[in-house]
Amino acid sequence: MNILSQHRSLELHRAAEFIRLHSMEAIGSCGAGHVGGVLSIAELTALLYQEVLRYDPKYPEDPARDRVVLSKGHCGPALYAALALAGFFPMEELLTLNQNGSSLPSHCNMHKTPGIDIGTGSLGQGASLAAGMALGLKKRSSASRVFLILGDGECNEGQVWEAVLFAAHQQLDNLIAYVDVNKQQLDGYTEDICSLGDLRSKFESFGWRAIQADGHNIDELHNATQEILRETGRPGIVIMDTVKGKGWSGVDGKPGVHHVPISSEQLEEARKEITHRIESLTAQLEGIHD
Amino acid sequence: MGKDIRQVYTDTLLELAQTDDTICVLESDLMMATGTKAFKEAYPDRFFDVGVAEANMVGIASGLSSEGKIPFAASFGTFASRRTFDQFFLSANYARLNVKLVGTDPGITAQFNGGTHMPFEDVGMMRLIPDLVIIEPCDTVSCAALVRLAAKHQGSVYIRLHRKGSQTLYDERQQFELGRGQVLRDGTDVTLIASGFVMVPEALKAADLLKEEGIRAAVLDMHTIKPLDEELVLSFAQKTGAVVTCENHQVTGGLGGAVAELLGEQLPTLMGRIGSQDKFGQVGTLDYLLEAYQLRAEDIAEKARRILAKNS
Repeated sequence: MNILSQHRSLELHRAAEFIRLHSMEAIGSCGAGHVGGVLSIAELTALLYQEVLRYDPKYPEDPARDRVVLSKGHCGPALYAALALAGFFPMEELLTLNQNGSSLPSHCNMHKTPGIDIGTGSLGQGASLAAGMALGLKKRSSASRVFLILGDGECNEGQVWEAVLFAAHQQLDNLIAYVDVNKQQLDGYTEDICSLGDLRSKFESFGWRAIQADGHNIDELHNATQEILRETGRPGIVIMDTVKGKGWSGVDGKPGVHHVPISSEQLEEARKEITHRIESLTAQLEGIHD
Repeated sequence: MGKDIRQVYTDTLLELAQTDDTICVLESDLMMATGTKAFKEAYPDRFFDVGVAEANMVGIASGLSSEGKIPFAASFGTFASRRTFDQFFLSANYARLNVKLVGTDPGITAQFNGGTHMPFEDVGMMRLIPDLVIIEPCDTVSCAALVRLAAKHQGSVYIRLHRKGSQTLYDERQQFELGRGQVLRDGTDVTLIASGFVMVPEALKAADLLKEEGIRAAVLDMHTIKPLDEELVLSFAQKTGAVVTCENHQVTGGLGGAVAELLGEQLPTLMGRIGSQDKFGQVGTLDYLLEAYQLRAEDIAEKARRILAKNS
């Protein structure tokens, strides 16, 4: 099994903090955004774009690339930060988020942003899109894989489960999903609104391989991903245990942080906290040899 | 007896699939109704039955399209439109993909499936989707031709497909173009603009009835409802000074709405609209429903007479 070295693991943790920092800068530049769900997928997007995915930022339409479907499309800013860090477009562009005429809309649009594989924003639809893409790739014997990112609140949508049934029936082992179980949706805690129950056993009973992992622990996420990528004959999902708003004390684990305004003082506070962690990770990295 | 329209649909897809390996067919547990089983048998690898999940079908079709396939996905018109509207709007059209969505059993042809299955609103909903092409063939020849054109068109298309029964109004060699209506009969007094299997023949019959009274009615087959053939509508409105639209659909939003919007803005012309007058569907025979929703040739002729009376 391909286990991350301690050095690589720290590098990826630092990449996740950079994604947090740049996402917050982008959201801060337009004054408000889906901070909670953006911060909870920082480790996942770092792992995918820095370690797992096959792509060429100079050739975003490369047919041989892996596809990413951010079905929780409102968390575009986290993906944009990951794409900019991966070299798809200049970092400065992140600060155009949601501005008039911007190529970075709050919800993903593949015709606007280099590196976005499909548009999302109406919850549930990404699941079917990802399954259709995986099916199309399989039918032409492509080695590309489809990475689907779902929200936990999004699993209220019936369409998710329609697609989940379909993907198992079609044995789409080139489809790997992640569900960001940050335990909150817009109106409150998922448990109080419409309990999702045991998602792992639900996906398993629908015919998927399902693995639980700490969504903020790069090593656990990496190992779960590797295990699912080795799976044949069925799709797989990582049930990610995460914290909504993870990584900035202003929102970390707090209720009501789905979409919030960000003042320049708050942005400064977030910037300080995250930069401090980046410096500490850099110091640790300097202390060990790869 | 000629081929059922649905068989023309399937045969045309089989023909296209021979030379184009991107053509694929999706069903949501209505293969036996749409009649695409022959496609499944010929190309099992390009046929996907997603089960009773229309929204998922449109999403899967969109995903396949993003990987270069040309999917034809079908359901009853009510479900193809109302039940998948957000998916077709966003996953297929906003994403600028190439999904051919087929809504069968238009309007009263849903007959004994009744109000739950009787689409009087599908075209109106679809017209709201930017750049979408909407077609409604009226016979075997135009069905084959328009399905071929839909496959060739780069972009999504909504195909309002009659299912059971056959009729041939066109010569086999007739050429068609998306967005170009056909003049079935020329006339100088009133223009009857119709679409689809039920209403085009009723409009032709109405023109015969009017002819007996010395009224020369032109009949246009508006097989593409969007983009509307504005040039043709305006030229006939100019020539005849009176227009009646004939659709197996609500009079709002669809063909009648499209023509009224055009004329209202560019060439105010007295017009009438034949179609369901803000009514839900119901069960019944075709004859009963034609009468109940006042879609018969007699109703069209009467509407024409009234407009001409107002004009004089």
